[in-house]
Amino acid sequence: MAVTTEAPKLDAHKLRADFAVFDELVNGKPVAFLDSAASAQKPRQVLDRMRTFYEHEYSNVHRGVYKLAERATAGYEEARQKAATFINAPSPRELIFTRSATEGLNLVAYAWGLDNLGPGDVVVASELDHHSNFVPWQFIAKRTGAEFRVIPTDAQGELHLDELDAIERAGNIKVVANNLVSNSLGTINPAERLAAWAHERGAIMVVDAAQAAPHRAIDVQALDCDFLAFSSHKLCGPSGIGALWGRSELLERMSPFNLGGHMIRQVKVEETTWGQLPYKFEAGTMPIAEAVGFGAAIDYVGGVGLDAIERHEHELVAYALERLAEIPGLVAYGPPPERRAGIVSFNLDGIHPHDVSQILDMENVAIRGGHHCTQPLMRRLGVAATNRASFYLYTIREEIDRLVDGLHKVHKVLG
Amino acid sequence: MSEFDQLYREVILDHYKNPRGHGLLEGADAEADGQNPLCGDEVSIYVAFGDDGETIDEVKFSGRGCAISQAATSMLTELVQGRSAAEVAALPRDELLEEIGIPLTPVRLKCALLGLSTLKLALHKAKGTPLPEEWAGMADELDLK
Repeated sequence: MAVTTEAPKLDAHKLRADFAVFDELVNGKPVAFLDSAASAQKPRQVLDRMRTFYEHEYSNVHRGVYKLAERATAGYEEARQKAATFINAPSPRELIFTRSATEGLNLVAYAWGLDNLGPGDVVVASELDHHSNFVPWQFIAKRTGAEFRVIPTDAQGELHLDELDAIERAGNIKVVANNLVSNSLGTINPAERLAAWAHERGAIMVVDAAQAAPHRAIDVQALDCDFLAFSSHKLCGPSGIGALWGRSELLERMSPFNLGGHMIRQVKVEETTWGQLPYKFEAGTMPIAEAVGFGAAIDYVGGVGLDAIERHEHELVAYALERLAEIPGLVAYGPPPERRAGIVSFNLDGIHPHDVSQILDMENVAIRGGHHCTQPLMRRLGVAATNRASFYLYTIREEIDRLVDGLHKVHKVLG
Repeated sequence: MSEFDQLYREVILDHYKNPRGHGLLEGADAEADGQNPLCGDEVSIYVAFGDDGETIDEVKFSGRGCAISQAATSMLTELVQGRSAAEVAALPRDELLEEIGIPLTPVRLKCALLGLSTLKLALHKAKGTPLPEEWAGMADELDLK
C-alpha cells in the first residue's frame, strides 16, 4: 500500500451515507454507534458486491469446470490477493482464509505449537492480549509441557518490557504472541521490538492484528513477524471470514489444522498427503461470498485510506478524552492519545458498566460494557469490567457529545 | 412510564443502593462462587442453616455487579430466608423474576439470575440437592467430584 507523506483527511459525514444503519432514527436520532471495536458496520458497497456475487458468480470454488465455477474461483482468489496486498504479504500463497482471526491464531497454536513445543520451552503472551491470542497458547503450552508467561502492563496499560529479562529465565523462548493494538484500551504495542526480541532468541512472533488492521496500515515485512491474523468483520466486511498470513517456510513445514476436503494432494487408505499452500489449510467449503465481501471491504477501507482513518480516529480520541474529563468520578484507562488507536475505556466511580451502557442505550448511544475478552487485563486494572467507546471512519464528534450527555445522565441517576 | 423508570424502578434502586444481606458470613454451612462470563462479574454466596440443618437461617453475598444483579441478589436473600434447602433448590426462577418485576433482555436475565444460580450451587455442594442445569458438565472446575 502506498504511504503518503501527509495524511489526508476523511469526511465522516459524507461516508455515513454509505451505511444504511444510520438511516434508522429512534426519537429523531440515528444510533451513535460507538462499538466498532467489537464489530464495524457494513457499507452498501460491500453488501452490493456480495449480492452481485451470489446472483451472478456463485458456485463452489476450485471444483467445477463450468463458467460459474470459474467466476466464483476468480472472485475468491481475487479477494485473497487483496487481503495479501493489504498487509504487504510477499505472496498470496501465504494468505490463508480462516473463519475469524481467532481461528487463525488457533491454527498457529495447534499446527505449529503441538509439533514444536515441549518441556523447557516458553510461550510468551501479554496482559493486553485478547483471549483469542492468550487462551490457545496457554492451552497448548499446558498440553505440551511448555511454560506460559505473560508480559505485564504498567499503570497506563502499556507493556512492561523490562519484565522480558525475568521471563527469559523461565526457559527457551519459542513463541511471542501479542496484539498490535489492544482491543480493550487501544494501546499500540511495540510489535517490531517484540519480533526482534523473539527472533534473537530463535522464537516465532505471532501478531493478532484484529484490532489494528481496520485502523492503520499493516506491513508484515516491516513488522518482521512470522504470523499475523486479522478478521473481516472489524473492517466493514462480513463476519465469518478472516485471514492468517504466515511465512511460507513455516507454513510448509507445519501439519494441517482442519482436515477434510480440498486440503489434500492424495488420499489412500494407508496415508494421505497434503495439498499446496494455501489450500493445505483451507479444508471444507470456505465462506466464499464472505471472502469476496472481505475483498470489497478492503477496497472500501483502502479507498478511504488507512492513513486518513488513523488520523481521524486520533482526533476523535483526543476530543473524547478531553470531553470525558468533564464527568465527575470518571476514570479513563490507557495511554495518551498519540500512543493509542480509536478506543477509550473508562469507568464511572461505583457504577457498573452494564448500568452505564443500559442507560446510554435509552439515548440510542451504543457502547460496550464488559471485560472485552481480556480478563487478565481487567484483573490488572483492578476492575471486573470497563465501559468502552470505540470509533471508526464513520464516527463523528456529535456522537461523542451524545455519549458525554448520556454519561451526565447516568451520573445523575445512579451516582 | 419511561424506559428508564421501568428498568430502574424505585425498589430496584433501593436494593442496589442498600443491599440486604451484603457481606461475608463466617463459618457458613454452605457457600459457592459464581461468575457471569459475559461481564466478568463474580458473586460469592454464604448460607447458614437453622438448628434443624435444613431451614435457611441466613444468606449473605459478596462481590461486584451491576444494579440488576446486586438488587436481584439482595431480594433473593430476603426471598429464601426461612425456607428449606430442598424448597429453595427447586425454586422456580420466575418467582424471583416476579419479585424483580422489570422487563429483562436475555443478557440482563443472566445478571438477574446469577445470585440464584450460585445459591443453588451452594446448596448442591452442602446438601446434594439437584445441580442446576447451568452448572452441568462443570463438575471438574467446581471441585464437585
